[in-house]
Amino acid sequence: MLALPAQVPLSWYLILSAVLFATGAAGFLLRRNIITVFMCIELMLNAVNLSFVTFSHKLGKVDGHIFSFFVMVVAAAEAAVGLAIILTVFKNRATLEVDEISSMKL
Amino acid sequence: MDAILFLIFAAIALGCAINVVLQSHPISSALSLVGVMVALAVLYLLLGGPFIAAVQVIVYAGAIMVLFTFTIMLLNTGAESRPRRQALHTAIALPLVFSLAGLISYLAARQADSSSVVTFGGFTRGDPHTFGIALFTTYLLPFEVTSILILIAIVGAVVLAKKEI
Amino acid sequence: MNFFVLSLIKTALVAAVLLTTLAYLQWIERKVLAHIQLRPGPYRVGPHGLLQPLADVIKLVIKEGVIPANANLFFYLLAPILAVSLALTSISVIPFGPQVEVFGIKTNMELAGLDVGVLFVLAVSSLGVYGIAIGGWASNSKYSLMGGLRSSAQMVSYELPMALAIVSPLLLANSLSFREIVDAQAGFWFGIIPKWNVFAGPFPQLLSFVIFLIAAFAETNRIPFDLPEAEAELVAGFHTEYSSMGFASFFMAEYANILTVCCVASLLFLGGWQPLWPSASGSDFVPPALFAGAGLMLLFHAAQAIRARKWDRFSFPVFGVLFLALAALFLVPALKPVLVPLFWFVAKVGILVFVFIWVRGTLPRFRYDQLMRFAWTALFPLAVLNLLITGLIVALAS
Repeated sequence: MLALPAQVPLSWYLILSAVLFATGAAGFLLRRNIITVFMCIELMLNAVNLSFVTFSHKLGKVDGHIFSFFVMVVAAAEAAVGLAIILTVFKNRATLEVDEISSMKL
Repeated sequence: MDAILFLIFAAIALGCAINVVLQSHPISSALSLVGVMVALAVLYLLLGGPFIAAVQVIVYAGAIMVLFTFTIMLLNTGAESRPRRQALHTAIALPLVFSLAGLISYLAARQADSSSVVTFGGFTRGDPHTFGIALFTTYLLPFEVTSILILIAIVGAVVLAKKEI
Repeated sequence: MNFFVLSLIKTALVAAVLLTTLAYLQWIERKVLAHIQLRPGPYRVGPHGLLQPLADVIKLVIKEGVIPANANLFFYLLAPILAVSLALTSISVIPFGPQVEVFGIKTNMELAGLDVGVLFVLAVSSLGVYGIAIGGWASNSKYSLMGGLRSSAQMVSYELPMALAIVSPLLLANSLSFREIVDAQAGFWFGIIPKWNVFAGPFPQLLSFVIFLIAAFAETNRIPFDLPEAEAELVAGFHTEYSSMGFASFFMAEYANILTVCCVASLLFLGGWQPLWPSASGSDFVPPALFAGAGLMLLFHAAQAIRARKWDRFSFPVFGVLFLALAALFLVPALKPVLVPLFWFVAKVGILVFVFIWVRGTLPRFRYDQLMRFAWTALFPLAVLNLLITGLIVALAS
């Protein structure tokens, strides 16, 4: 049985962030559905946010929180435009599989 | 106590994240992603950021992911098909991704000195007051620029949704 | 006393009171609606239908829970649990009264005093949409799906004016904690008009209060914004396919949400547990006078009971004595500092809940495009305007 430390080392948070980022990257590479691919990007952004907040704790400054706040704002804008694009693509091609949306012309 | 809480919510975040990638139906993925976000919000609380934790839930889980679920439900395309080449792709991608995770984790563990620990209550500058002052003084220009970015996004979304392209 | 034991006692107390209130809210709603429509309402089960909630619970529990064909079983079962647990979570950060001392124990009248309580309520309520959306999607029925889609679009749209309306009282109190916001509303203008945010000078928050209330109707899926469950178009909307406990959970979640928004509205705009006029002028004697008056009236009617209503010969004296005992409780010096603020808070929440029911009995349903246009072209600009004026005044005053 591994003894638990009284306080959590900073590196645990960073490792969690790295693993989440890699999971998101794996989903981005492996999945076929555009929306799922998009969600995997959001997962990677979340992983990066965790790193920012962890660094903020280490440095004793609020700046990391503000960076992750901006990441959220940009993610919101990105989701609005991205989902509008996905809706248009679905309207024109009736599919969400990334492999089938490879040609520029219909 | 801190370590137990961290492990519980890290496990939830990780399990949900893996579920995002494994589930074949997008709506299952979307809800797993909401789970990741809520678990991360709790971790932000442990890191001393009540404001950013609340924003994470309100903006990410409560607005962006609702938009995703809405789109998925609107299109209602069902589960994703699995082509035969999938196995080959998985065989190539997974080792690469695992080595990426391992590399970053190794570097993070090496760079962070062992003395630096996260203590609950050890960082109190994540409150809304400090956050607001920093946002509207030091980061005023980026803040204004994001407002223009959002305006562009709104116009873009309206144009895309309205016309036949 | 031990913090843990104290929290446990408070949680048990709040949970018991909350669940009973939720059960009886449904009875109150049926009674009020009935009287608006000149009907007696539930009357058969117990005196004046007072045991109706119990009968309803028994009925719903022993009913068969039908699971529709091709429903996504996991999400179908998860949705009502999600809805009801999220709806009940928000109550935990709502304070019901000031810091009190009962039998030598000092405690705050709340479960958890968060510094960012307002943000917590906003965060939890923004997650509430998932219960409805997922329930609608997982039922595998077109009516449910339409209801789920409508609800997610509607709740995201109305969250914006709601959040903007909340910001004004936060600005005035310069805090995100419910307790500090209520404390900032203590005191009286000219010794008589309460300094609640709706009466705040120089710019009363009436507009943001109205915007908050309208958005709250939409957030809780109530008439006139009950498009997600519009029975004329969608059978029952997102809970068409739910029966038994699933239906009961959605029902309970709706009432819990109403209670939460009414609590938030009275804390942010109506001064929480601050009395209507100074206690120096005798506002402490309002609750005992009200209860004593009600008790005496019941006893008076008991003396000349109507022959056709046999129950009343029993229920009128019993409830009359009960109300007199309640009035006496308010006069006990040890309990007075607990009960009087609680009375004011409950009275304000009760009036707001009554408004919710009143509106249901009065207004017709919006059309969906009207609902969306109203949110984006009327409510949202008004909320921004109100916030701008409030911000300007706060900036000039500081």
